[in-house]
Amino acid sequence: MLTKRSKFIEGVKAGLPVAIGYIPIAVAFGILSKSLDIPPYISVLMSLLIYAGASQFIGVNLLVLGASFGEIIITTFLLNLRHFLMTATLSQRFDGEVSKKWRAVLSFGVTDETFAVSVLRQEDKLSKYFILGINTVAYVSWNLGTWLGLFFAASLPEVVKVSMGIALYAMFIGLLIPHIKKSKPVVVVSLLAVVINSLIYWGSMLWGFSNGWGIIIATIASAAVGASLYSEGKEQV
Amino acid sequence: MNLTYLVLAMAAVTYIPRMLPLVLLQNTCLPRYIKSFMGFIPYAALGALIFPGVLNSTGAGNLESAIVGCTVSILLAWWEMNLIMVVVGGIVASFIVNILLK
Repeated sequence: MLTKRSKFIEGVKAGLPVAIGYIPIAVAFGILSKSLDIPPYISVLMSLLIYAGASQFIGVNLLVLGASFGEIIITTFLLNLRHFLMTATLSQRFDGEVSKKWRAVLSFGVTDETFAVSVLRQEDKLSKYFILGINTVAYVSWNLGTWLGLFFAASLPEVVKVSMGIALYAMFIGLLIPHIKKSKPVVVVSLLAVVINSLIYWGSMLWGFSNGWGIIIATIASAAVGASLYSEGKEQV
Repeated sequence: MNLTYLVLAMAAVTYIPRMLPLVLLQNTCLPRYIKSFMGFIPYAALGALIFPGVLNSTGAGNLESAIVGCTVSILLAWWEMNLIMVVVGGIVASFIVNILLK
């Protein structure tokens, strides 16, 4: 009983940087959807049920542009395909038997950020209570931020809101850099992903395809190159 | 009411890619290449998530504050500061640049 609770609390602590990073983005989502005249209960429902930042932003934008429901649903799906890779990776890290019910619950809380915090832990196997802790604090902060944005946001000065936009990227940097210092394969793979995603990003401005694909393609291609280069030798990560 | 259906459909297509691998891939024995591939996924994903997205993170036309915030975060992370310090340091640095440039 005690270890369950202490694992959960450890997860909450590990998830705090995610929670901090979510507040400004969720506030921005609340403000944006309010300014686009989306009914507040829809924005609240989106954060409760969809719980995916990029999808929610694009959802409300497309809605206002008059896109069809089919178009919005397909875009959301494409944008979230990258989580397929993430939960496949996470599925290999559980500590002992974890029932399908638990897995179904835990998977709801997997985002780019909670995934990165979970899998970059030093311990090889992760407790389900630990992951539940990370997911819970991040989910609560996302929904709290949405409410703040919808109902209280006017008081935050613009310069503060804008500056907080860096928060999640700073967290990604904080997660990646220590591994870059330790492992050459990690340097190669992450730089390759940066290069491929940049080519797709600036290329997509010329040819007009969605950047949601950029992250997926860059992730798969550079992880595949890394596995080809390093899966035989001792330089495993 | 119509919009509620849209939200439910969006929730479904968001949840399914999250849920399927986690429920279907129990701790199975995967080939070495696939394990290595999955081991690299977090670093590859982080690289792609950071750049070039970070350039627009502090709003359009605020490239300077994004670059300074990013650099400060990289330095703090390099010195192995706590993750919260890396995040707060990045925010404070871009805030200062935004104030100075206004």
